[in-house]
This record gives sequence, C-alpha cells and structure tokens, in this order.
Amino acid sequence: MSVTKRTPSLHPTLVLWATVGLVGYCLLPWYGLRDNFFTFSWLLDGWPLKGSVAPALFLVLQGEKLWLAPIGILLLVPFFLWGRKKTDPLFGSLLIAVGVVGLAWFLLQGFGIGLRGFSWEWLKAIFGDLKIRQFGMGWGAVLVGTALLFLLTLGLAARGAVGGDEFVVGSIGFVIATVGLFIFMPILQMLASALVTQDGDYSLSVFFQKLFSDRLWGIGCLTGGPRCGVAWNSLFLAVLVGVITTLLGLVFALMVTRTGFRYGAVLRALTVLPIITPPFVIGLAIILLFGLSGFFTQAFAELFGVQPTRWVYGLPGLLIAQTLAFTPIAFLVMIGVVEGVSPSMEEAAQTLRANRWQTFVTVSLPLMRPGLANAFLLGFIESMADFGNPLVLGGNFDVLSTEIFFAIVGAQYDQAQAAILALVLLFFTLGAFYAQRFWLGKKSYTTVSGKGDAGVHPHLPPAFRNTVYGVAGFWTIFTLIIYVTIFYASFVKLWGVDFTLTVDHYVKAFAVSWNEFGLHWRGSAWSSFWTTMEIALISAPLTAGIGLITAYLLVRQDFAGKQAFEFGTMLSFAIPGTVIGVSYVIAFNVPPIELTGTGIILVLSFIFRNMPVGVRAGVASMSQIDRSLDESSLTLGANSWQTFRKVILPLLRPAILAALVYSFVRAMTAISAVIFLVSAQYDMSTSYIVGRVENNEYGIAIAYSAVLIAVMLAVIGIMQLIVGSRDIGRRREDGNLSQSRTNVDLPGRGQPALTGGG
Amino acid sequence: MAEIKSNAASVEFRGVTKIYGRSKVPAVNDISLHIEAGKLVTLLGPSGCGKTTTLRMIAGLEMATSGQILIGGADVTRLPATDRDVSMVFQSYALFPHMTVDENVRYGLRFSGFPKKEVIERARAGLELVGLSGYGDRLPSQLSGGQQQRVAVARALVLEPQVLLFDEPLSNLDAKLRRHVREEIRDIQQKLGLTVVYVTHDQEEALAVSDRIIVMNNAVIAQDGTPRDLYDAPANAFVADFIGEANIFPCTIESIENGVASVRLGALTISLPGRGGSTPGPAKLAVRPGRIVLHPAGAADTLPGTIQKATYVGSHLEFMIETEFGEAFVTAPDVDAPFKAGQTVGLGFPPRGPVLIGN
Ligand SMILES: Nc1ncnc2c1ncn2[C@@H]1O[C@H](COP(=O)(O)OP(=O)(O)O)[C@@H](O)[C@H]1O
Ligand SMILES: [Mg+2]
Repeated sequence: MSVTKRTPSLHPTLVLWATVGLVGYCLLPWYGLRDNFFTFSWLLDGWPLKGSVAPALFLVLQGEKLWLAPIGILLLVPFFLWGRKKTDPLFGSLLIAVGVVGLAWFLLQGFGIGLRGFSWEWLKAIFGDLKIRQFGMGWGAVLVGTALLFLLTLGLAARGAVGGDEFVVGSIGFVIATVGLFIFMPILQMLASALVTQDGDYSLSVFFQKLFSDRLWGIGCLTGGPRCGVAWNSLFLAVLVGVITTLLGLVFALMVTRTGFRYGAVLRALTVLPIITPPFVIGLAIILLFGLSGFFTQAFAELFGVQPTRWVYGLPGLLIAQTLAFTPIAFLVMIGVVEGVSPSMEEAAQTLRANRWQTFVTVSLPLMRPGLANAFLLGFIESMADFGNPLVLGGNFDVLSTEIFFAIVGAQYDQAQAAILALVLLFFTLGAFYAQRFWLGKKSYTTVSGKGDAGVHPHLPPAFRNTVYGVAGFWTIFTLIIYVTIFYASFVKLWGVDFTLTVDHYVKAFAVSWNEFGLHWRGSAWSSFWTTMEIALISAPLTAGIGLITAYLLVRQDFAGKQAFEFGTMLSFAIPGTVIGVSYVIAFNVPPIELTGTGIILVLSFIFRNMPVGVRAGVASMSQIDRSLDESSLTLGANSWQTFRKVILPLLRPAILAALVYSFVRAMTAISAVIFLVSAQYDMSTSYIVGRVENNEYGIAIAYSAVLIAVMLAVIGIMQLIVGSRDIGRRREDGNLSQSRTNVDLPGRGQPALTGGG
Repeated sequence: MAEIKSNAASVEFRGVTKIYGRSKVPAVNDISLHIEAGKLVTLLGPSGCGKTTTLRMIAGLEMATSGQILIGGADVTRLPATDRDVSMVFQSYALFPHMTVDENVRYGLRFSGFPKKEVIERARAGLELVGLSGYGDRLPSQLSGGQQQRVAVARALVLEPQVLLFDEPLSNLDAKLRRHVREEIRDIQQKLGLTVVYVTHDQEEALAVSDRIIVMNNAVIAQDGTPRDLYDAPANAFVADFIGEANIFPCTIESIENGVASVRLGALTISLPGRGGSTPGPAKLAVRPGRIVLHPAGAADTLPGTIQKATYVGSHLEFMIETEFGEAFVTAPDVDAPFKAGQTVGLGFPPRGPVLIGN
C-alpha cells in the first residue's frame, strides 16, 4: 500500500479505556446515590470532597475507603506499555494481568464490603469488624469496571484470542459480563435466598419442607378435595395452552399457505393485534363477555332463566384468554416453518404416487416437527409466565406466577417462599426449554436451501380444508368480538349495569388542561403513561443493540465456548418475567448494585428479558447475509468494527426494525417482571391498569388499554418510517445470491423472534 | 491521473497445517510452497482437498494451526485479514448489495488512508481497467454476472495488493463467458505484473491461465510445476489422471544408468529418462491416450491387445483396448485408421510417450 498507517506510540484502544477508567476514578462520584445518576446535582453537593459524592481518588487521598487505592494504581499500569506494539507478548500479558486482578479486586471489595461493613463472615473473622460502610456503585465505579473489562479483552485479543480481533473479543467480554451480572447473578442470589428462613438462618430442612409442601404439589382435586397444588395447576394449564395454540397456529399457517386463501395479509395484520395488546386485556374482555355481569352470561341467564354464575373465573377463563393471546405467536412461528418446507419435496412425493393427504402426513408434517416443538415451547412458557390473566381471571385456580407475587407483596412478605416458588417455575420452563433443544438436536432438518425453489405447495385435501376454514373463521370472529368489546366498553358508563355512552373514562385518565404553568397533564394516567413511554423508548434501542451484537457473535464468529455462550444468552428466554422480577428485587436491593425503586432497574429488566428477541431477529436475518460479504470487507482492509458498521448493519435494517419494535412493544405490554419493580416514582401503565382492575375501576382500565394499543400501532408505524429501507433492488427470483431476502416486511419476517409480554 | 500499479510480493508457506475446530483430520497438512512475485499460480485439485483453506490462510481469513506464512518476506502468520495487504475475489463476488458500484470499489480505499480525491480517481481508474467506466452509479443487482465479476476484480485491484486471490472466480459464469473472463484476468495480471493465486478444480482452466500449477490432493501438495511439467511428467498416478487422462501400467525398472532407466513392461523393454526417486524394482508407467500409437498385431516392440470398442468422435478416434494389464484408453488422430472392434493390435510407445511415476 502506498499510504502506510501511522503507528502511534501507545495503542489507541488502550489509551481510550485507560482514560475512561481514570476519568471514572478521578472525576466522577464513586458511589451512586439516587440523584447522582441522572443529574449533575452532585457537582454542587460538596463534590469532590464530600464522601457521598467524591470520586475514588479523593476518597483515598482523604484516607477513606482505602481499599479503592489499588484500583487506581492498576489503572496507571497500562501506560507503562508506551512504545510497545500490540504484538509484543508483554503488551497482552500485562493488560490481562491488570484486567484480571483489577476486576477481581473490584468485585471483591464491592460484594465484600456492604452497608454494614464486611458482608461475609470469613472477612470479619480475618480482619475484625469493619466500621465503614459502602453504598451502591455509581458512575465512577461503572466506568472503572468497564475500563478494566475492556483492558482485559484488549489484552486477550493481543495474545491472539479469536484471531486477535479487539472488537470481537471486547464484544464477547461485554456480553458475558452483562449477562452474568444481570441474569445469572440475580438468579443465583435468588437460589441462595430460597435457603434462608424467616429468621435469617440457612436451613435445608425448612427449604425442602416448603419445596414439597401440599400447597405446591397437593393432588386434592383428584381425590375429591377442593383444589390441587399450584405447581400442578400451572403445569396443566401450560400444557393445555401449549397444545391448543400450536394446533391453532398450524391451522392458520396451513390456511394461509395451502388453501389458496386470498386474505392472508389481512390475517397477518390481525395477528399483530394480540401481540401489541397487554395480555391481561384479553382477560378483561373475557370478564366483560362471560363474567358475572358479562354480556353473554346475562343474555344466557335471561334466555334460560338460570342464575348467572362465575364459571369463567379459573381454568376455563384462563384457557380462553391465554389461547387467544398466544395463538398469534404460534401462528408466526408455524408460518415460517410451513413456508420453509420446500415445495419440491412435496412435489417429489406426489410424483411418487402419494395423494395429497399422504403427502401431508408423510412428508410435510414430519418436516414441520421442529416448528411444532418450537411453537409448543413458546405457548408453554408464555402460559407459565403469564401473570396478568391469572391475576384478573384466576378465581380460585391459583398458579405459580400469581402465588409468587402474593408471597412477596402480600401480608406474609416471605422472600424465601417467593424464591422457592420461582425456582419451581424456573424448573418447569427450563425443563421444557431443555427438552425441546434435546429433541430438536436430533431431528433438525434444514429444508430452506439457499437456492430459489421453484414450485408451489400442494393444496390441502378438501375435507381437511373445510375444517381448517371453520376453526379459523370461528377464532377470527371471536377475536374481533373481543376487540370490539374492548373498544365499546371503554365508552360505556358501567358495564353490565349502565350501558349509556360516555367519554368519562378517557377524561378521567387523559384529561389535559392549561394552567398558569402551561400545559397541565391532569388525567390520572399521564404519569404512568409517560414513564412507560420513556422506559420503553430507552430500553428498545439498547435491547436491539445488545441483541444484534450477540447475534453477530453467534452467526459470524467462532470462539471457544460458543455453545455455552449461546445457551447462556438464550436462557433468559426461558426465564419467566416473574422470576426475573423476584430475582432483581432480591439481588439489586443492596450494594454494590442498588437499583430498586429506580427507572434503571426497569430498563435493565427489559433489556435482559427481551434480549433473546433481538438475538433471534438478528440471527435470522444475519444468516441470510452471505458470509463472503464480511470477508471481502476484511480483505479490503476494513477491521471488524468497520465491517459491522458499514456492511452488516445496513443490511440488517429489517432485523433492527423488528428488534426495536418487539422490544418496544414488550416493554409497553409487560407486566410480570414490572409488577415487582415499579415504585411510586416509576409506575408503569400495565401495573397501573392492573391496579385499577383490582379496585374494580374497569372503565379506566379499559380506556387506558385501548389508548395503549393505539399508541403502539402509531409508534410501530413511525419506527417503520425512521428505519426505512433502501431498496437494494435484488431480483427476488435470482436465488443464487443469498442476500435476497432483505426487504422490510412486518411482522412475518421476525417470526420466531417474539414472545408475548407475560 | 491515477494509475493502478502493482506491489507484487512473493508468498511462502513453511510447513503450514490447518485443522478446523475439533476436527481430527487436517484440512491442509504440512504444506510448504513458494510463489514468486508477479506470477499467476493456480491451486488445482478435486473438491474438498483444501484449496480454499489454503487461499483463505493467505488472506488471513483462517489462521494456520501450525507453520509459518510469509508475504513479501515478512512473517504474517498471526496477522488478521484486515492488516494483510492481500485482496480476494470471492466465488460469489460478495459485492455489497446496498452500495453502488462506485461505493463498492471505493470501499477498501476509504480504509487505506487515501485522500478523498485520490479515492475517487483510483476507483475510476479501476473501473476503467475492467471496462466498466459508465457503470459507477448502478447497484450490483443491476449488473449481469460477468459485470459483477469485473466489479469484484476492480474492487480488489485498486488497493494494489501484494497478492490478489481468486477462489473459483468463473464458477458462477456460463461456459462462453468463462473463457473470456479468464483471459481478461490473465491479461490484467500480466499487464500489471500482479502476484495472483487462483483456485480452481477445472484442469483445463488451470492449464490455460497459469504460470505454475500446484496440484493438491487430500490436504497435501501432489505436484508443483509448470503446466507443461504436469502434463508431460506427472509425478504420480493422481496427477497423471487428474490432469488430462492417463493409462497407468505396472512395470519393473531393470536398471538405471546415467539417468536413463531401462523399464520392462510385459515382454517389452523401454528406455526412459529416470525420475528423482526411481530405483530398480517395481514401478508404474503413465501414458497419455494420445501418446500411444497403434500398429498392426505382432509388430515389433508393441504390446498386444484386443480392441473392445472404437468410437468416432469427429476430430479423432477413441479406442478401448484390452491388454494384459487391463483396459487401455487410446486416441488416434487419424480418423481413417483401419482399426475395428474385435481386431487384435499392437500398442507402440514412442519416445517421450510413457513417464515413470511414483505410486
Ligand atoms: N469452516 C470449516 N469447518 C470445518 N471444516 C471445514 C471448514 N471449511 C472447510 N472444511 C473442511 O476442510 C476440507 C478442505 O476444504 P476446502 O479447503 O474448502 O476444500 P476445497 O476448496 O479444495 O474444495 C474439507 O474436508 C472441508 O470439509
Ligand atoms: Mg473451495
């Protein structure tokens, strides 16, 4: 090359992270008390000398918190590498040493010294009681921790890890660190707290006694008793919902692809509705239709002169609501799979004298098996994790997710009980997750080939087709009734009693007026509404970002331990929101990470709960982009970060959009984790609505839900516009170029990418 | 006026082995080779023999498991692709579908620290060199396969790389275009004096474009030489059969004197140039179908055989002949030759016909 790149005497990445670390150490408050995080009020609050806002350097210089001193020294060490090249063995080794020692010390002091001095008995035993206490970490600590992490990964890259690529090693390190910190650590802490008794001791016998109690595992209902254990209830419901939604999903997918049905687009659009509907809203509509004063119940009672009953509360209602809420997910999974079965296979079967029905049973169906397993798993997990519907519709049919909630917010406040219940819930979902992977591992057929496959899917046999039409028609009408009910009920004075039309509910929730300070958001819903928008808009891009980076690592990079990495990042997909909620409450209530009551904890819970959505969307569309594109970019002299920026990201727009939309929607509709994490200052729409339902203020709850649905539709439209799509003019037919499927198409494209709010 | 020049450099492998992931068998096994600057060298071999792997190790897209790789005399074994001065033209062309032709060609220049004006100038010169001057504003999807191919070449050339790599560049083109494009590649290579490493599994293509051919088989080098060497003096049965066709006969070397081997083939005794490693004892002979001359049965110094099948293929005749060493495949340029199926004949071996090969 005629232009040689100037080599600076100190590696630029090293300078960057060492500087970031020093800024964190010398300038920013080490501890994070509430206001320090989002405002600069600490600048006027006695900074840099006062203990609560002082940077680590000033603390140490004043002789306080001396255990922070070694970290400062370690941050200076990298500068000794002045003039050394990255290829110099000392460069890598020294940075690895700094990173490992620094992070170890950093974590040790963080976890070891808490609000009451030493947190661990053995530290007390060695050093005696420590009178000084520590608060949760703040900006200073965050920057220093980040810097140490990236110095470590830079060192590893210099020693040749993953082909010596800084960006890739850094990304791997970052993902592992954050997933470890915000998924594994809370879950482990929750496990630990399951062993703690009410008196604060550890006891295995109490643990087993609670774990195997009748409340959980009783089988009274089989022997004529009033009820069965909650674990059985949850399991039974989840299996039913999984099976029914999978079958319905298959029916719809078959109808769209194999019957010559012309309104597939309409059906797809319809499936968006339940996805952007908070799940419990369906439960509300069910109450409006079938509850004690429900429309159908009343009509039936009048017609036949019987007493209206509460039959819908409990298993029947839950089954109906969850089936309605989760069938679209199964549909989106199944349609991808059903379309993916190569028509040439089916055509081949037909030329081998199989009739349509035989073709379907012997070829199409077996090829769809992985999809069926996937759809079942989703339905199962969603049902297990669903919190909103059981809360409003459950009646006496108790399930794990609500039981956990009442253990922690109820009068009993039994953290260990909540942890144990969460453990059981986690056991079920992880069990299903693992079983599915185990089963799929043996039977995965890749039928979607890169080459364009000519041919069309054969149609279903007529009798079967008519059944499919019947089932789908019934379901569609039912869904429409549900939504009409929601819309209509939001304008009705008091459902079941006074059907006069009114806009009172909207006024009460969303009134706006002018006063001397300008616009005044008078309605009772505004505060939670804006909080929700803010949190959802903040967490959506972060979720998409970390999801896509992870997808990039999974699809494009090879490194030791990649399978474990993949398993770890996809794991949170099988962790119900309720479990995340409980574990966050347990883990992040005390230093070093003290986040309960902040908005950050909500954002974090959304990021790590929805991360698999971003990962899946990213993996799906990144596998469509030919690997030689990145490689040619690399051989043309771009490094892997530049390649990611300039080649992969632009081609990933549809995936970015899908990830953004889904993480936004899920943040808006989620309830299960949120309900544990909200605070007076940060209340979310969903928990506000559920609160209104509990107070029997159905009108406001429903009006608010209708507004949420409308807002989400609007936001999805706007995101679609912003991200846009530059038409890359691929000829769709020319199948030999594998990047042909890159046009925006929602929501069909990101099919396996979503699971409902839970 | 920017001109595309060449910074051609040599490539050297010293005992390079590549083992993928947890696989037990090496994809490339202890290979040593040296490619001089300014030459076009082909890696030829059947599918799966490790050609692409070798090429990707030159590019830095795969890291050698052991051994040393040098480009222009400098050790680049641990250097990632970004930091090597090597460009590659991919089998699928790998044009970025979201960038125009111009943007594609400028892509690498942008990361090489050229001033903006020069980036534009060089890209223009590159497109001119491949004859696509007016196409800068198009998207790759608006070009034909051959044009996409040329854009990919231009994109690699403008960086004036030390080594330019091609992985089966013609496999996505139709038969007519192949000949044309491969000549274009050869022209540009010779005009600019580039070092080119070219992978193909098509022996005709390899013979046509290369200064030198490295034949690979089962992860190792089977033979390394000029097209003529490989054709006239294949080192072993694999090369003999892979490049053109060859009849392999078992024989015995009776003696070797002054580099001339006296070889017994059945009742015949033939004198041939001995090869490096030949020693008296059992050996093998390779004979090209066109280098066997048919004589009437019983003629002196011939191997007896019976014609099984005679086929007229237009430009020549093809015979399958049963001999005491199995079937032999023979072609005769004289289409009027008076040989028919069922007839007995004598197979004659003119000088420079048979070649001694190792096993
Ligand atoms: N990424 C990879 N992972 C594992 N094995 C590979 C990979 N790429 C190639 N191989 C194996 O290495 C051997 C050589 O492959 P390759 O170099 O692509 O052959 P060629 O280009 O000569 O057809 C083959 O056996 C192939 O299966
Ligand atoms: Mg190959």
